[in-house]
Amino acid sequence: MTESQTHTPLPDLTIHQALAGLERGDLTAVELTQAVLARIQAVEDQIQAYLRVTAEQALAQAEEADRRRQQGERAPLLGIPLAIKDVLVTEGVETTCGSKILQGFIPPYTATAVARLEEAGAILLGKTNTDEFAMGSSTENSAYQTTRNPWDLERVPGGSSGGSAAAVAAGEALGALGTDTGGSVRQPAALCGVVGLKPSYGRVSRYGLVAYGSSLDQIGPITQDVRDAALLLNVIAGHDPLDGTSLPEPVPDYTAALTGEVKGLRIGLPEEYFVAGIQPEVEAAVRAAVAHLESLGAEVLPISLPNTDKALPVYYLIAPAEASANLARYDGIRFGYSAGAENLFDNYRLTRGQGFGPEVKRRIMLGTYALSAGYYDAYYLKAQQVRTLIREDFQRAFQQVDVIAAPTSPTTAFRIGEKIDDPLAMILTDIFTTSANLAGICAISVPCGFDSQGLPIGLQLLGPALGEEAILRVAHAYEQSTDWHKRRAQLPTSAS
Amino acid sequence: MSATSSATSKAVDSPSSSSSPASTYLVLGKYEVVVGMEVHAQLLTRSKMFCRCSADYQGAPPNSHTCPVCLGMPGALPVANRAAVEATIKTGLALNCRIAETAVFARKNYHYPDLPKGYQISQYELPLCLDGWVAIDLPDGGSKRIRIRRAHLEEDTGKTTHVDGYSLVDLNRAGVPLMEIVTEADIASPDEAYAFLTKLRTLLRYLGVNSGDMEKGAMRCEPNISVRTPEMRERGEYGVKVEVKNLNSFRSVRNAIAYEAQRQAQILEQGGQVEQVNMGWDEQNQRTVLQRTKESAEDYRYFPEPDIPPLRVEEPWIQAIRATLPELPDAKRARYQEEWGLRRAEAEILTSEKRVADFFEAAVAAYGTAKGKPQRLANWITGELFRLLYAEGQGQDLRQIAGIPMKPEQLAQLLRLVDERVINPNTAKKVLERMVRTGENPQAIVEAEGLAMVSDTAQIDAAIDQVLAAHPEELARYRAGETKLLGFFMGQVMRALKGKADPGLARQRLQEKLQSEASSG
Repeated sequence: MTESQTHTPLPDLTIHQALAGLERGDLTAVELTQAVLARIQAVEDQIQAYLRVTAEQALAQAEEADRRRQQGERAPLLGIPLAIKDVLVTEGVETTCGSKILQGFIPPYTATAVARLEEAGAILLGKTNTDEFAMGSSTENSAYQTTRNPWDLERVPGGSSGGSAAAVAAGEALGALGTDTGGSVRQPAALCGVVGLKPSYGRVSRYGLVAYGSSLDQIGPITQDVRDAALLLNVIAGHDPLDGTSLPEPVPDYTAALTGEVKGLRIGLPEEYFVAGIQPEVEAAVRAAVAHLESLGAEVLPISLPNTDKALPVYYLIAPAEASANLARYDGIRFGYSAGAENLFDNYRLTRGQGFGPEVKRRIMLGTYALSAGYYDAYYLKAQQVRTLIREDFQRAFQQVDVIAAPTSPTTAFRIGEKIDDPLAMILTDIFTTSANLAGICAISVPCGFDSQGLPIGLQLLGPALGEEAILRVAHAYEQSTDWHKRRAQLPTSAS
Repeated sequence: MSATSSATSKAVDSPSSSSSPASTYLVLGKYEVVVGMEVHAQLLTRSKMFCRCSADYQGAPPNSHTCPVCLGMPGALPVANRAAVEATIKTGLALNCRIAETAVFARKNYHYPDLPKGYQISQYELPLCLDGWVAIDLPDGGSKRIRIRRAHLEEDTGKTTHVDGYSLVDLNRAGVPLMEIVTEADIASPDEAYAFLTKLRTLLRYLGVNSGDMEKGAMRCEPNISVRTPEMRERGEYGVKVEVKNLNSFRSVRNAIAYEAQRQAQILEQGGQVEQVNMGWDEQNQRTVLQRTKESAEDYRYFPEPDIPPLRVEEPWIQAIRATLPELPDAKRARYQEEWGLRRAEAEILTSEKRVADFFEAAVAAYGTAKGKPQRLANWITGELFRLLYAEGQGQDLRQIAGIPMKPEQLAQLLRLVDERVINPNTAKKVLERMVRTGENPQAIVEAEGLAMVSDTAQIDAAIDQVLAAHPEELARYRAGETKLLGFFMGQVMRALKGKADPGLARQRLQEKLQSEASSG
């Protein structure tokens, strides 16, 4: 252990710290993995971040990683234990998407992003909890369990990638993959005080990501700091012949963008993102963060994204419409749960009636309605037209500025149960995040302070499509000149 | 997609060049038939439409040609097969279609066990090919254009089999590229439907995009049939259309249209109304039976497929595909008639299958194009050779011509032997039969079997003398004026010479002999 890391327990190391330690021989992948598994053992009862932990497999992979390293092999993530959101399929490991309807489903193949992590030497610890089919903002829609926020066990970790965010915040993984359809990486990252990156649409292959809203879904890293996010993105980004929507552009080394330098960078502050209803402490923290960036030499410009208020309604037409088709395959015939009824129609009805939870049903109905004859033009088609306007808002804005700064979530973590019976209130938590998905651009959430109750606040930085380097650079410069990211949640049980 | 317009829509002038009342097909003396055709054709690509599984599934064990994509596994994504797109564009060009600059795949949503994703990826608002036509020949010698509304690309479904109260699903076929071709409601009789389908199949086979095998389900036809009175036509109105499915041959399509038109006309005649329904064809009883009413018609909730970016079809791509188009049957037929002086009948038969045309052209290349020669070859191919193919092959599939051991060049050699009077035409037929079976050269067969023509007058005279001596009674009758017995003597002479005699020479010598006998007698 180097001096700076002497007092850092292994599970709380960042990925780049752990890589350095592995490289120097200060620790082994097996030690690291054992330590993380011990942490899981210690806190998981309280946090409930994982739907399943594949400890045996993880240790076998760790041994293999150590052997490879001994033989002089180097891979970008060799020996790094990571967690995977349970909407990404993993060959031989049950994948449920937090839904009863996929109970017992063992995929015959692995998602491209996960396969790339494995090829890069990463160790897979298990599958993390999620709102059912990634539909939700708190993990309360999981058919199995509600994950707790490590900063306050009475509160939600956000969602839908709440399991991944909580795992990283609690040291139950050094990093994790989440998925972001309307904010599901960024919002839980903000609520759990970690970094969450939603790449541009098409930057990361969706092959093996169980589809929710196909034109919106992206896989992104959730990590302790910005450098770790860049390291994971380096591995998972890039064209995939199995995903027709993945982009062919070459993948740069994202860590090269982390110069610490923001002088002359233009940061836009959209007036529409500071509206009534936002928690005052959140607004204050975000404004302070922007002022801080200005003090580092960035130029801050007021901008306008006039169609911001339409993002939520547009999102809640397009995502459910796509979901209504995407979820049609869960018919009780080939995989997962089947009601085992006597005839076909009853089996469809009962399998889907019993297998899907209320939020999923709500969105299937909403989407089916929006696509129905006589309503298509007024809802789905209109939503697509407004989506174009939202995209154009950003195109115009990015002619003036390099990145846009905004809050990630209008509030800090809310209490478990507080919004679960009020779908509309739950939906409003996505108010600042859905636009990026609709526009296909990239965005990152980075810790920028705490509210009076000690709950983390996230700063969202948005960049143009394929502008990951710009947002990583600004996020990193901000992070390195502040120390919000160094604070760790007080864990429920004394950690290893 | 529906082909015939609904009852309220206005008629579009048909570009038919032959709509004289005399040739109009009428049911019960007054009802015209209006048919639009939907044809589904499986494309002959190596892999499936959206995954890398082999599309050649015929005869394979159930569910052996499958992967996460065509099984509709969670997380799997479709990637469009470029070869299938090109085959569809190629077809569109051959059907005189406009190729869309942008084509968009769409999801057609419905639940069925043989549809693993719960939606079929198809094309809806923006298909690949639009506004084309196919010319068909009419019995009166004229031709008529059947307009093509659209041709688009989609994926086939799997197959469900019902056994002992269970339903078994085989997804080998799921995801096989399927082209849907939809005509305007320009077809006005069962025979026109037959002619259209035959022409379309010929085109698809020329292009090499589809096998045309209806019995294997590689090509499926669904006519939309309605009837109307001439008054309705004048008002631009259509009758209520009925879609007929489960048709396994062009003949069934023809019969189904005739039956269905009759059924609808009778309903109207009795003051009833035709219901908009789907009917199935009952081949055994040669009638249509109700499948489902359209009242419960599903709303397919089409929307653009988000997993596949819109297809941009740029002009250079179209030109590159156009360059791969073979000479099409109509152009070929015209060339045979104009350049080689073929009669229309033979030109048409020879061009009906590309493999036959290829065989013919190779034979012409070997035999020569001098006046009369291509026609002579055509006669041999469409006459004797087809007779042998029908006799030996299974059914009447002329495409078998490509698989016989005899090469086109050998047929040319055979005809040359006749031209050079080495063998007579009757012997040539025998030689041909052996050539088709064995692929031997005609010269070798002639030598092996000693079939060379006998042109030696002494030998022929000897045979004549022998025949006349053996038939004194017939000779007497001939002398008494029964000259038609010449044929009898000729036959006997040929027989005596084992059929190898030069028929012209033999006849000449025989006549001379009979005349001299008569004058001497």
